[in-house]
Amino acid sequence: MAKKPAPLPPPATFEQLLSTREIVVTCGSGGVGKTTTAAAAGAMAAVHLGGKVLVLTVDPARRLATALGLEQFGNVETQVPAEAFAAAGVEPRGELWVAMLDMKASWDDLVERYAPDEETREAILANPLYQNITGKFVQSHDYIAMERLYEIHVSGRYDLIIVDTPPTRNAIDFLEAPERMADFFSSRLLRWLTAPARSRILSTASKPFYSMADRILGSQFLQDIADFFLLFQTMYDGFVERARSIERTLADRSTTFIVVSTLDTAPAREAEFFIEALSERELNLGALVLNKVLPPFFVDPDAGATAEQVCRESADLAERVVADGVGGLTDAGQVTRVLREMGESFVNYRVVATREAEEAAVLGERPGLVAAVPYLESDVHDVAGLLELGERLWT
Amino acid sequence: MAAPAVPLLDRRLLFVTGKGGVGKTTVASALGVLAARQGKRTLVCEFDAKGNLADFFGSEPTAFDPIEVHQGLFAMSMDTEESLKEYLRLQIKVPLLAKIGPLARTLDFVANAAPGVKEILTVGKVAWEVKEGHYDLVIADAAASGHVVAQISAPQAIGELVKVGLVREQTGWLSEILDDAATTGTVIVSAPEEMPVSETLELADRIRADTRVDIAAVAVNRVLPELFGRGEEEVFEALAAPGARERLDALVGHPTSPLFDAARLAVTLRRTRAEHLDRLRRELPADIPLLYLPELFTRTHGSRATHQVAEALAAELGLEA
Ligand SMILES: Nc1ncnc2c1ncn2[C@@H]1O[C@H](COP(=O)(O)OP(=O)(O)O)[C@@H](O)[C@H]1O
Ligand SMILES: Nc1ncnc2c1ncn2[C@@H]1O[C@H](COP(=O)(O)OP(=O)(O)O)[C@@H](O)[C@H]1O
Ligand SMILES: [Mg+2]
Ligand SMILES: [Mg+2]
Repeated sequence: MAKKPAPLPPPATFEQLLSTREIVVTCGSGGVGKTTTAAAAGAMAAVHLGGKVLVLTVDPARRLATALGLEQFGNVETQVPAEAFAAAGVEPRGELWVAMLDMKASWDDLVERYAPDEETREAILANPLYQNITGKFVQSHDYIAMERLYEIHVSGRYDLIIVDTPPTRNAIDFLEAPERMADFFSSRLLRWLTAPARSRILSTASKPFYSMADRILGSQFLQDIADFFLLFQTMYDGFVERARSIERTLADRSTTFIVVSTLDTAPAREAEFFIEALSERELNLGALVLNKVLPPFFVDPDAGATAEQVCRESADLAERVVADGVGGLTDAGQVTRVLREMGESFVNYRVVATREAEEAAVLGERPGLVAAVPYLESDVHDVAGLLELGERLWT
Repeated sequence: MAAPAVPLLDRRLLFVTGKGGVGKTTVASALGVLAARQGKRTLVCEFDAKGNLADFFGSEPTAFDPIEVHQGLFAMSMDTEESLKEYLRLQIKVPLLAKIGPLARTLDFVANAAPGVKEILTVGKVAWEVKEGHYDLVIADAAASGHVVAQISAPQAIGELVKVGLVREQTGWLSEILDDAATTGTVIVSAPEEMPVSETLELADRIRADTRVDIAAVAVNRVLPELFGRGEEEVFEALAAPGARERLDALVGHPTSPLFDAARLAVTLRRTRAEHLDRLRRELPADIPLLYLPELFTRTHGSRATHQVAEALAAELGLEA
């Protein structure tokens, strides 16, 4: 096997990152802005760099999905219409395509592909446990996301693929999904579980297990499970080989990861953990996006001192405002309340901003590209919003 | 729904759920603090084995065996393997006991793959504590929206798939506890943001459609305070107007523009959240009570934050804190 080439130096700008890599994976804790960042990066690439760009998304907010024309398309790749860009006042140089992951359809595709024959395929698809089980074990969402990514990448239909990752409880889960899928198929437990059809009586090791399991679950149910796994095992080779290919693709130097986080304590901890996990696995961390951060003026000591002063002297200041006829204001009580609210609100957010600054310092220790995106006026739900956010990444 | 709603803390079993990160553990812990303060012997059980419940009480790490974190308030974390062992110990005679270790691990694997088994070990444990009367109130810090329906409808799912056996036999008493609104309820934690609101609405629908468990309340966490009262926004704009602000600067002796920028940001944030809150109010079935919990600024987690949220809950529930 060829030696793994040295990793590329981390890109200096988002423009460089999106121009040079072929696969970009956004990851992070739930709700931090992974989907939004993926879509914004895609829109920026289509507008400024050209080429064919695909954003493979998982759970876009409804209005964003609508704006991108993603409503009823499931696994199908669709092009974001020119009108959506026109409404934002731009004409993209390239094409922006989007697709949403459809779990059920993707699993069915896999079974289609790897079942050894028609009969097995039908039996698997018809098995009552099939959906329940595929939905639950070995983080199948994560596996499916990686699997689809690989499929599309190999097809060569796009210059750049940006993948949004599913809201796993633990951001690391999807990195391990291909490996876990392979492990699952090679596991002794699976062989054991599927043993009854072959040698149930003979195995003294498993006998107590079966008699106990019979008492607890009933033998028919156990038989249903065993039948299912027996069928599933016929796909072993296909799955394991595929899982290995996916792992190789993720580790390739043309693939890069963007870790997205807010500066809330919990997501920031998870981002830190994830950055660590990427480096342990020798995967490429391309950029860190700090999203929804408070503006820096909150931690400016002079501004803070002014806010405290305004709180303290609000009544006094209000009287002078009224006496001087500032802004034509006449009700000193009301002016006092407004000034005090302004000062207190500033001090409240200053506490949050101070905590954020500390988190940013911890997360930013890694060398490489760090972008801070402020809280935007409203939710990001159209191409204009995506580009507004994208501009903050670019600069 | 003719019967009047049962007061939240007078139930025996509460499942706290909601989108990941909205504040499930915060609310579950705060409910626990409040219930214990009302003199109820209370257990908070975190379903997520890798969770951080202990942080919310400033206590020792929690485990399957409950620890007392305050007077009358106990905390534990779920472990389905332990739950299975405990269950087998109660159900199965002595000679087989020695084999339970490795068997439990294998069964745990089956439980992972087979729909409803893991869920029933989880839900069965907390319901068991209620059935046996070990606590006045058991609060489950349950799974996130996606999975909680599978948990609270596990007896039905098992009933359909498993026709005989010990597990099947458990579904009767479990359903009785879960389906009785006077005993059991869910608390959906939400936040005034787009996705959490959507998820709350979907979850409320699914709980009503796919389970027989009552929705006791929706707790909206992280509600921002209103900055300006009636007429005050006009005063603010008058002060911010060109000319006026420079004169205010002169009176203060320092530039005040950061204060104005900050206030505008605070107003925007509050307004955006208020819109999401309106949508929640509009689209949620009217018979589900809403509880509002404020954004905390000074301490957002740890035992101090838990107690502050408990105060807010007390006020919302009309209880003496
Ligand atoms: N910088 C930002 N300013 C304001 N709202 C944002 C920003 N980034 C994301 N959002 C909003 O936050 C919500 C969650 O974002 P999303 O990208 O769906 O998160 P994730 O995919 O990580 O769960 C969405 O409603 C989105 O519009
Ligand atoms: N009312 C609140 N004000 C400010 N921050 C909060 C509030 N409630 C929760 N948080 C923050 O959100 C984080 C996640 O809350 P947590 O209860 O752990 O959520 P979940 O259990 O749903 O994942 C907490 O660590 C805390 O920082
Ligand atoms: Mg998302
Ligand atoms: Mg939690």
